[in-house]
Amino acid sequence: MTFVPPEIAVEARNIVKRFDGDVAVDGIDLSISRGSIFGILGPNGAGKTTTLRMLLGIIDPDEGERFLLGSPDPISRAHKVGYLPEERGLYQSMKAYDAIAFMGALRGLPLAEGRERGRQMMEDHGLGDAADKQIRQLSKGMAQTVQLLGTIVHEPELIILDEPFSGLDALNQGKLERLIRAQADKGVTVIFSTHVIAHAERLCEEIAIVAHGKIPFMGKVSTARDRLRPQVHLETRNLDGPWRSAIPAECQPLGHNWHFTLPESGVEPLLRALIEGDAGIQSLSIERPGLHDAFVSIAGEAVAKKMEEDAARDQTEEAA
Amino acid sequence: MKETIRAAFVIARRDFTAIIFSKSFIIFLAGPLFPLIIAIAASGLGKQVNEDIDRPIIGVALDAADSAAILAAREKLVTNLGENGVPELIRLDGVDPNDPDIADQLDKAARPLTAILSGSLETPRLTGSARDIQRWQGRMALLSETALSRSEPVQVQAQAVASTGSATKRNRLVVAQGGQVILILLTMILAGMVLSNLVEEKTNKIIEILAAAIPMDAIFLGKLFAMLGMAIVGITVWATLGFVGLTLATSGLPNLPVPAVGWPIFCVLMILYFSMAYLLLGSLFLGIGAMAATVREVQTLSMPVTMGQLLVFFLAAFSVTKLGEPVEWAAVLIPFSSPFAMIARAAQMDNLWQHGVALVWQAMFTLIIIRFSVILFRRNVMKSGNSVVKKGLLATLLAFKR
Repeated sequence: MTFVPPEIAVEARNIVKRFDGDVAVDGIDLSISRGSIFGILGPNGAGKTTTLRMLLGIIDPDEGERFLLGSPDPISRAHKVGYLPEERGLYQSMKAYDAIAFMGALRGLPLAEGRERGRQMMEDHGLGDAADKQIRQLSKGMAQTVQLLGTIVHEPELIILDEPFSGLDALNQGKLERLIRAQADKGVTVIFSTHVIAHAERLCEEIAIVAHGKIPFMGKVSTARDRLRPQVHLETRNLDGPWRSAIPAECQPLGHNWHFTLPESGVEPLLRALIEGDAGIQSLSIERPGLHDAFVSIAGEAVAKKMEEDAARDQTEEAA
Repeated sequence: MKETIRAAFVIARRDFTAIIFSKSFIIFLAGPLFPLIIAIAASGLGKQVNEDIDRPIIGVALDAADSAAILAAREKLVTNLGENGVPELIRLDGVDPNDPDIADQLDKAARPLTAILSGSLETPRLTGSARDIQRWQGRMALLSETALSRSEPVQVQAQAVASTGSATKRNRLVVAQGGQVILILLTMILAGMVLSNLVEEKTNKIIEILAAAIPMDAIFLGKLFAMLGMAIVGITVWATLGFVGLTLATSGLPNLPVPAVGWPIFCVLMILYFSMAYLLLGSLFLGIGAMAATVREVQTLSMPVTMGQLLVFFLAAFSVTKLGEPVEWAAVLIPFSSPFAMIARAAQMDNLWQHGVALVWQAMFTLIIIRFSVILFRRNVMKSGNSVVKKGLLATLLAFKR
C-alpha cells in the first residue's frame, strides 16, 4: 500500500506516457502541496497536457504511479476536483446557467443546487443577463467564463486548469488571475499549465518546468530565481583604477556602463571596493533575475524561445 | 458501481432532454408517417392496377345452347366463388366454334379478350397466350363441367369452432413472425441512431470534461439509455396514434390470434426484448461510432452495420419455424439475434422462465460489449495506456469504473 502524505494534493512518481512509440512524458515526478498555486511551465508539445490528463485519470500512464488527493484512482476523487481543459467545450444548445449546473452534476452536485449556484455565479461575474442564453448565443469570452464557473461550481478542493489564459484578452486574464487567487485564499489547490511565464511568476508559489517530457526543475519560484546570481548594472565616471579588481576581469565596459554578475562575496565588499577604489559611481542597480532568466537557464535557450513564440502566437490569435 | 449509475443518469438526463425538446424530434416522430403514406398510396395504386389487369374477359364462341348453358353455369358459380372467382364471359356472336383461325378474333372483339373458349362443352378449346391458358384452363373446365351437369349451387352450412390445433399453431406462427418483424424494424430504425451519438462530444471537445469527471462506462451507459428512452417515447407515440387511428378507421381492433403467453405478457416481453435488442445493438454501434472522428466516418460505417443487422434478422426469421432445432438454439444463444428468437418463442411456447434466463443473458452481453467499447475507446480515441495487458482481460471487464 503506497502512502501519500495528507498534505500532498497531487503526486506523480516516474510516470511515462508514449503515443505510437514516441515518448510524450518521460519519467516525471511531481509533488504538489495542498492549498498552493502550482504552475506547470513549458512550451506547446512539452508534455504539460499529457501530464495533467494522466494526473486526472483521463488517460493511464504506461509506467509509474499517480495519486490525486491521495487516491491512485483519480476518477474516484472527481467530485473534489475541477478541471478546465485546454480545448474548451460546451453543449451548444444548453442554457448558460444549465451548462454550469451540468458540469457540477457530473461531479456530484445536485442539479437544482447547481442551477441556483450557476445563476448566482453568473450574476456575480456580471453575466446575469446571459444566464438564460444558449451557449451558442454567447461570445467566446463569455462561454469561456461559463466553462470556468462550471469548473468551480461544486466547490472543489483541487482545480486543474490547462492553459487557462489561452484565448483570453488582457481584461479577462486579469479576472482569471483574481479568481485563481480567490480560490487559493479559500484553501483550494490550484494547478495550471501555461507557456506565459508572467502568469506563473505573478501567481505561483511553486512551479514545475517541463521540457521534452521531463521536469528539469520543480520547486519554489524564488528557488528557481536563486539559481542565478543577481545582475549588477553599474555606471562609473572613471574607466580604470584600483576598483577594477572588484569586478570580473572579463567584464568590458559599454561606454561607461558595466554589466556583470554579482560576485559571490556579495554587495557590501563590491560597494566598498568601488567607493574606496574611486570608481566614481554615477548609478548602480542590482537586479534579481526574473523567472524568465531562470527558465532560460534551466530549460535552455531553444525551449524558452519556443515558448515565447507560442505566447506570441496566442496573442496574434486573440487579436485576430 | 453506484457512482457509475449516478453519473450515467446525469448523462442520460442531459441527452434525453436535449433530444426530446429539440425541434428535430418532431420530425423524428413524423418519420414513420412518410413510409406509411407511401405504402398506402402504393398499395392503393397497385390494387387498382391489379384489378384492371386481373379482370379477365373470356370470349365464348360456342353454339347457342352451349353458350347459354355456360353463361348460366357462371351465374351459379358466382354464388359461391364470388364475382372475382370466375372470369367474365361474353358471347361472341357469329363466330364459328370450330374456326381454325379463331385466334384472330382475340383482337377483333369490342372489349379486350383474355382468351376465347370455342369447340363444345364436351370438348372445349381455350385460345390465348400460354400464361392465360395456364391460369384459366381450370376455371373454364369447371365452368364446362357445371354447365354439362346442370346442377344447382349447393349451400355449405358453416360451423366455426374457436380454434383447432393446426389453426392455433399456424396463428401463433403468424404472431411470432409479426412480433419479429416489428421488433427488427424498430431496432433497425432506432438503434442505428446511436452510431453518431458520441460525435457531438468529440467535435465539441466535451468528451475531455466528461472523461475527467465520470467513469467512461457511465458515459456509454447514459447515452445508451437516453437513446432507449427516446426510442420508447417514439414507439409510445406511434403505438398510441396507430391504436387511435385503427379504432376510428375500423370501429375496433382486429381480432388477432392470441400468442402462447397471452397478449398482456407478450406485450411486456415485446417491450423488454426491444429494449434488450436496442441495448445490445446500440452498445455495439456506440462502440463502433465512438471510434469515428467525424460524421462522414459514421456514415461510412452505417452501411456494414445495416448489413450486420440484416444478417441477424435473417437468422432469427429463418429459425422461427424451427423451434428446438440447432439453428433456433443458435439464434437464441447468439446475443444479437436472441431477442428476436425469444419473441418468436413467446408467441409459440407458454413457459415463462426461459425469458428470465434470456433477458439476463442478453443484459450480461450488453455490459460486456459496453466494457469492450470503453476499452477500445480509451485505447484508440483517448489514447490511454495498456491497462488490459497490466490487469488482465477478466479484471478489466469486471472493473466497471472507467
